[in-house]
Amino acid sequence: MLTILFDGIAYGMLLFVLAVGLAVTLGLMNFINLAHGAFAMAGGYLTVFAMQKLGIPFLLCLPLAFIVVGAVGALLERTLYRPMYAKPHLDQVLFSIGLAFMAVAAVDFFVGSSQQNIQLPEWLRGRTEIGDGALMLGMGHYRLFIIAICALLTVVLQLILSKTSFGARLRAAVDDPRVAAGLGINVNVVFLLTFAVGSGLAGLGGALGAEILGLDPTFPLKYMIYFLIVVSVGGTSSITGPLLAALLLGIADVAGKYFIPKMGAFTVYLLMILILMWRPQGLFTRKGGR
Amino acid sequence: MMDFQSTLLAKARWRPWEFVVWLAAFALPLLWPSRALMVNEIAIVALFAMSLDLILGYTGIVSLGHAAFFGFGAYVAALFAKLVMPDPTVGLVVAIVLSGLLGAVASVTILRGTDLTRLMVTLGTALLLLELANKLDWLTGGADGLQGVTMGPVLGFFDFDLYGRVAAWYSLAVMLLLFLFMRRLVHSPFGATLKAVRDNRLRAMAIGIPVMSRLSVIYTVAAAIAGAAGALLAQTTGFASLDVLAFDRSADLVVMLVIGGVGWLYGGIVGAIIFKVLQDTLSTVTPQYWMFWIGLILVLLMLIGRDRLFKPWTWFGGAGKAVKP
Repeated sequence: MLTILFDGIAYGMLLFVLAVGLAVTLGLMNFINLAHGAFAMAGGYLTVFAMQKLGIPFLLCLPLAFIVVGAVGALLERTLYRPMYAKPHLDQVLFSIGLAFMAVAAVDFFVGSSQQNIQLPEWLRGRTEIGDGALMLGMGHYRLFIIAICALLTVVLQLILSKTSFGARLRAAVDDPRVAAGLGINVNVVFLLTFAVGSGLAGLGGALGAEILGLDPTFPLKYMIYFLIVVSVGGTSSITGPLLAALLLGIADVAGKYFIPKMGAFTVYLLMILILMWRPQGLFTRKGGR
Repeated sequence: MMDFQSTLLAKARWRPWEFVVWLAAFALPLLWPSRALMVNEIAIVALFAMSLDLILGYTGIVSLGHAAFFGFGAYVAALFAKLVMPDPTVGLVVAIVLSGLLGAVASVTILRGTDLTRLMVTLGTALLLLELANKLDWLTGGADGLQGVTMGPVLGFFDFDLYGRVAAWYSLAVMLLLFLFMRRLVHSPFGATLKAVRDNRLRAMAIGIPVMSRLSVIYTVAAAIAGAAGALLAQTTGFASLDVLAFDRSADLVVMLVIGGVGWLYGGIVGAIIFKVLQDTLSTVTPQYWMFWIGLILVLLMLIGRDRLFKPWTWFGGAGKAVKP
């Protein structure tokens, strides 16, 4: 019982780190980016190669994935994404899904379609068990590590958003870009930075999640729907919304697959449709804003 | 005096080239028998694309899950032929009616929320059906597909032949019938209100158009026609498998429609032809990396602007006028 809850939380935290960049992009520029998963995949593959070919230790790979993927994200934002902001949603969806298709085929071409594995360091393998019977809590060390990192990241993100002046500018730009620009905030720069950090986080999430989610070229398409669920159910006006939605999704998915394996992902999709019919703007949206 | 009326009516009038196109389509299986199977496939996909155009191009509902109705129609037609009776016409009607019913139920989900919400619920509906078809393996055959479907002759006379000529004519005939219906529909006052809803929902509401009921009705009609396209596929191939419901099919469909042009019924046909021919050619060159090329085409198409694709003189010379979001 508790083990399922624990695994669900670890899964949910991972989904949150993967999807939080998408939530901010969507909230800030109203841009639907279906290629977000491609950044996560890039982070995963980067880690695999850095470890196998260059022998860089796992812990060093994580910040590396963040920085490199973030830089790539910033570059793409400047060159490809920016002209798309003023276009209708249909164009944005098709554009970003085109990017995702290209990423999938390119990885397939250069690396091959087989699943990649990450060699975890010794101290992250194994698991600890506490208690017994129905309340037994089995904690895989790696999942514990993921929860710790993701919790830390969440706290840092929340602090940046609520305490720093950059956070204030970002929140202002999310609430109303036009008025924010009128107040002298350079919305373009705010957005460039946010996009870079968002893709960097996706890269980091991909590096962390390669072990749990599996890493092959179809990754961006396979998990696209999960990221979108997190964002649409959680709403885009804060980061607590996506966090709660990601935890809910993680626990529901793990529990659903454990208790009613015959239903598969059915429960998750049904839940999502019902929630979106009930609250079309997402579960955790604040009044006001737009 | 009646000038404004005649200009409006002129838009809906049949052009000479339209007759030529349809005659050519029906002559194709006779002139080029080796490609009859491809003609059949294109006719089905074009019909499917036109049904999406009703909601995407004319009403402005972004859907990434239109394959839900296509797949449902395919499974209904296949199961009907297997379990009840093998007559294709009756099966087609049954598939249309049931897909329409499913569309009416599903239309509840698309009435509220933003584009993202609609994207998610349409996608979710298709995934839900895919998951159902996968798990109900005693009925649908699960991942192996539904096998052992034998079709009777069309209208009791024309047996399906191996070269797919009867199949092609059957699909073309159904497509023409439904095309006539859709053409009438989008040029009617009802169709005009749909465009009003697409262009500005608030104003449409203000001048008294019942927006919600218009959305439900057109979603139902589009679902029924998509179901017809699915039924045609299942009947002409005698097979239904999980890929009729897959996400790729919905995504490919949107791509086709956008290549051909939205808000124009022939856009579905043009898009289907371009897409299938491209797929056929590129797949023979690099079978595995078709996905890369379609991705590249999409990205370039969107960066240039889809309304400027066929007007090369507007490609350069400033950013141009962005489409109103």
